[in-house]
Amino acid sequence: MQRSPTRDLTVGLFVAAGLAAIGYLSIQVGGLSYKGSGGLELYAVFDEIGGLKERAPVAVAGVTVGQVTGIGLDDMLRARVVLELDADLELPVDTSASIRTSGVLGDQFVSLEPGGEEELLVSGEEIVFTESALSLERLIGKFVHDSGLEDD
Amino acid sequence: MRPRLRKSGKKPIVATMRAAPGKRRSVSEVDRIQLEGIHLAFGTRPVYRALDCRFPRGQISVLMGGSGAGKSTLLRLMAGLIRPDQGRIVIAGEDITTLSERDLFRVRERIGMLFQGGALLDAMTVFDNVALPLREHSKLSEADIRAEVERRLAAVGLPDTGGLMPRELSGGMLRRAALARAIVTDPEIVLCDEPFSGLDPLNVRRIEALLIELNRRLGLTLIVTSHHLPSSLRMASQLVFLIDGGAVVGTPQELLASEDTRVREFLEAETAGMPGFQAVPEVAS
Amino acid sequence: MISALRTLGYRTVMLLEHLGHMAAFVGQIGLNALRRPFRFGRLVMEIFDVGVLSLAIVCLSGATVGAVLGLQGYNTLTRFGAEGSLGAVVGLTLVRELGPVFTALLVTGRAGSAMAAEIASMVTTEQLDGLRMMSIDPVDFVVTPKALAMLIVMPMLNVLFILFAFFGGYVIGVELLGVDGGTYVTSLEDAITFEDDVAGTLLKSVVFGLLVGLIATYRGYTAEPTSAGVSAATTGTVVTASVTILIFDYVITALWGV
Repeated sequence: MQRSPTRDLTVGLFVAAGLAAIGYLSIQVGGLSYKGSGGLELYAVFDEIGGLKERAPVAVAGVTVGQVTGIGLDDMLRARVVLELDADLELPVDTSASIRTSGVLGDQFVSLEPGGEEELLVSGEEIVFTESALSLERLIGKFVHDSGLEDD
Repeated sequence: MRPRLRKSGKKPIVATMRAAPGKRRSVSEVDRIQLEGIHLAFGTRPVYRALDCRFPRGQISVLMGGSGAGKSTLLRLMAGLIRPDQGRIVIAGEDITTLSERDLFRVRERIGMLFQGGALLDAMTVFDNVALPLREHSKLSEADIRAEVERRLAAVGLPDTGGLMPRELSGGMLRRAALARAIVTDPEIVLCDEPFSGLDPLNVRRIEALLIELNRRLGLTLIVTSHHLPSSLRMASQLVFLIDGGAVVGTPQELLASEDTRVREFLEAETAGMPGFQAVPEVAS
Repeated sequence: MISALRTLGYRTVMLLEHLGHMAAFVGQIGLNALRRPFRFGRLVMEIFDVGVLSLAIVCLSGATVGAVLGLQGYNTLTRFGAEGSLGAVVGLTLVRELGPVFTALLVTGRAGSAMAAEIASMVTTEQLDGLRMMSIDPVDFVVTPKALAMLIVMPMLNVLFILFAFFGGYVIGVELLGVDGGTYVTSLEDAITFEDDVAGTLLKSVVFGLLVGLIATYRGYTAEPTSAGVSAATTGTVVTASVTILIFDYVITALWGV
């Protein structure tokens, strides 16, 4: 067993560097950070969710507080989005949820705007006030319609 | 590593010569290793056919025979590294041909083997090599292990070489270091594969003396393969000639007086024509 | 006709026997890895031989590959006015494919072949038989630490390769070709997600490490005890491991995307 302390040290350094590199790639680059505390599960129903995907971030005032953990259709064929949020988050029952785009061409996320009520939302409840995603085509169509460029 | 199992179709030639009536075996001798009815072939080449052989306890036996006759193979059979196609090998009362690898490990604790090239692990020092069996299997403290290793290295005449790497040793030194490793766990049986090959006469004598002393002092059963006639005749209490798939067995005196032509051919080849030397007495034809 | 069938049958049986032998070998390694003694000291030595000594080639190749990607990526992206996405292109290509595959191939060539050669020459010089005679299982003592070391080291080398390649791409794209540094980094970080990309690269490199470790040790262990045997073991390792890596790369990529 040709063990030398130098060699052991080198191996230790190598392994440490390797693990650090993996950590860096996962957290800093890959954005692994948010598996936060979770615990508060709410859902919101939208007419249109645009390009919103699962694991998209949920933010309050721009600060990430959770993730989208489920997207499906409800009985009335509207989009039902499940949100997993920090357990210690206090959201009033009149909080509203809207789907925003980060930057101009970026990914979509859910932004929550807290309301003014005293009563707080509890796990399993619905965020009632929602604003659907804006789609570029609708926006242009609206513009065209409103400015009266359509032929009568 | 097992040879392909194909039975040789030839009829067995039983060629054992029992001890001539003149030499009586002492009653207390027990055979340490017995081989019975060994058949072995490598592919289509038969090596042994119905080989029978016994190795008495506490004695030095030397296996001789031409190259390819199967001397080293016999050693490997006894070590359990190869299994015979047919036959039994009984070591200290146990038939090893039926044992699993796990059980073989247990049996091998009583056997040490000296390989032809030493077979020391070339990535470790001599000390670590000799200490390895103790570190693996005994519960000795590091201090005790150190004492044992140094004792053995001294016994083989390599007292201060522990820190060297195997590649730094000469052929003779390497053999002796390997011998130290083979005996470090105090085995009862030591198998030596060509311990004299490639050595100068002085080193041959050295190793020969070592083996004889180990046998005398520790009562080890030694089984040695060798081409080297003089050492074999000096050391052996029993010579085993491997010829034609079988064995011709006897003491050195018996074999020197043997009338078997194959044995005579072998002995004469070594010594015929050497000035002033006659190992094999002429037999009136 | 009959003899052709006979040969086919014989070959099939041989192949199955071979596969069975390999499976038994792999099983032995697995058992030994989980059983005492754990041979930590030998594992450390092997990690040194496989990992530390492969660092130079991995990091150098990483930087070079990253630089080439930066160059090629830039040339293509300018056609669409999308140089800002260079970071994303370089990053995704590396993390998803080039990182694990290149690293595995490099390590196969350097450490895999050395591993096979070392074991094969131990067979030739009867060192493994020597171990057996000392009642030490060569698979436990020699093979398992080597295979484990390969498994542990591969993901680390993979990530180091990737990081060095990011850097290579940065140097070329930003310093040489004028892409904005901040844009490079942002587009890279935005494009790469843990779940889609990093997890995949780690999975691939672990699988590759396992494959190379097993192939190299098996080839060495079953080598003919001659110098030709050692050489065959070495080249055979590189060939078999390389092909297997590429096949598994496809399989994992296809399954991961599902």
